[in-house]
Amino acid sequence: MSWFDKLMPSRISTERRSRSVPEGLWVKCKGCAAQLYRTELKRNQFVCPKCNYHLRISGRERLELFFDPGSTQEIAANLESNDPLKFKDSKRYRDRLIQAQKDTKERDALVVMSGTVLKLPLVSAAFDFRFMGGSMGSVVGEKFVRGVNYAIKNRQPFVCFTASGGARMQEALLSLLQMSKTSAAIAALAESGLPYISVMTDPTMGGVSASLAMLGDINVAEPGSLIGFAGPRVIEQTVKETLPEGFQRAEFLLEKGALDMIVDRTKCREEITALLRKLLRQPSLA
Amino acid sequence: MDLKFLDFEQPIAELEAKIDELRFVDDDSTVNITEEIGRLKKKSESLTRSIFSGLSAWQVAQLARHPQRPYTLDYIDACCTDFQELHGDRMYSDDAAIIGGLARLEGRPVMVIGNQKGRDTKERVLRNYGSARPEGYRKALRLMRLAEKFSIPVITLIDTAGAYPGVGAEERGQSEAIARNLFVMSGLRVPIVCIVIGEGGSGGALAIGVADRVFMLQYSVYSVISPEGCASILWRSADKAEAAADAMGITAERLLKLGLVDDVIPEPLGGAHRDPASMSEGVKNALLSALAELEPLSKDELVAKRRERLLGFGMFKEA
Repeated sequence: MSWFDKLMPSRISTERRSRSVPEGLWVKCKGCAAQLYRTELKRNQFVCPKCNYHLRISGRERLELFFDPGSTQEIAANLESNDPLKFKDSKRYRDRLIQAQKDTKERDALVVMSGTVLKLPLVSAAFDFRFMGGSMGSVVGEKFVRGVNYAIKNRQPFVCFTASGGARMQEALLSLLQMSKTSAAIAALAESGLPYISVMTDPTMGGVSASLAMLGDINVAEPGSLIGFAGPRVIEQTVKETLPEGFQRAEFLLEKGALDMIVDRTKCREEITALLRKLLRQPSLA
Repeated sequence: MDLKFLDFEQPIAELEAKIDELRFVDDDSTVNITEEIGRLKKKSESLTRSIFSGLSAWQVAQLARHPQRPYTLDYIDACCTDFQELHGDRMYSDDAAIIGGLARLEGRPVMVIGNQKGRDTKERVLRNYGSARPEGYRKALRLMRLAEKFSIPVITLIDTAGAYPGVGAEERGQSEAIARNLFVMSGLRVPIVCIVIGEGGSGGALAIGVADRVFMLQYSVYSVISPEGCASILWRSADKAEAAADAMGITAERLLKLGLVDDVIPEPLGGAHRDPASMSEGVKNALLSALAELEPLSKDELVAKRRERLLGFGMFKEA
């Protein structure tokens, strides 16, 4: 089992090797098992029209759905890991990176863009869970910081979509320090008086949850997302009991007071920009 | 207190046992015992020196977790005077896995915050084996803000396997508590000096580890995940902890080379627990010299430098 399988409950871990949305004419919904016509599913932003299950999507797909078409410009697209520790477990980190790059067509697990959403200029970052479980290493941390810096420089709000198993073990302490690095950037953004909205999607765990994800001026989640610090299996092993149904799901976090709101993907553009326009004291979009 | 020896220290343990035996032999025996003890002691010392000169990362991790290793309260007792512990997060409870309070270091007031492990079973349970819940991190945050309000420098001592992975901890926002500390510490307007005294385990350690100066004791470790955790995930077997410890580079020596910590505080021969008094001396000196460097800085300079430092961590290339 790979490391993020261990983190995920078994129901979700079955999609390990598959793409975020499998190719083919028909797609089976993981929520209600309905057979969905791919084109229709895509039109509905990969949300099951029958049961509202939110399928996982890539970072780039996420930003393409979020921004106004043709308005985007990518930030820090050229950053790449240099495997600073020459890390090797059962496989070399270098090889894992090459494989992930081949599978995802991305250089690392975070995509950052500036553009407009319903005409509001903003900067947004999105994690790609397919890329080594969306884990945060030096490249993810640096891209996040550059996105935030761009937002500060251009006086724009910042929105981050997380989907991550946590810090990237292959960069050891360097990846742990990305937690304080990204948090420091968010603190600088806050001091500039610019809003930061964190949108947690399935899954948002570990070091990513315990840093940039939970630091939104407003914390939002997609329905059903798994969000937490420790993975369910680790908790089960520690407390030696079965976890209650829905534990660490977005709805559970909302009830416990960790989230401001749960927003459907299909309403995301409207809801987020409505929040931002108020925080920026701008008139609403007529 | 009987010294406890780790597996790789067994040859030393055997020699030390021999020395102890000799001590109880009668004075009127034919051999010159004092001389023999002296000879064995020298041998034990050189053996220790040779074993400790080539420790693996995994062996260092064992030392960092040594049951007799000095803990936060031991260093507070030895380095500070007039310590007054302050309790509670004002929201839910008091977490004994993190202790904090006001003390004096060479006369100046300081806020000391640290992970606290337990020495015996009863205390271990009370301290939750040094693994804090959100309340612990929120207490630490409250004390740091208190220190900031009165311009008192903050000293943090890290010694935890990690934040507690429990149901209640999740319900009360373990992630948020850790994240909030990272956020606030990055802009706290007083000097923060951090020393990793034993285990530096993951986000649970970093949550009190954002600082202007970060030191590690020679045989402490600091990492994103425990060697066992890393091994069971990446090697799919906890038995590979030794290899994982090596690959992750968790030792003070390696992390200093990588530029991720500022300095390494040397430990007495055989580790901190062999001579806690001299270890505490080293800790105190490191704290004093760090504060001497940081105290002259204006608050703006201090925060600007800390930010620059935090934002500089990371190694990558531009393709």
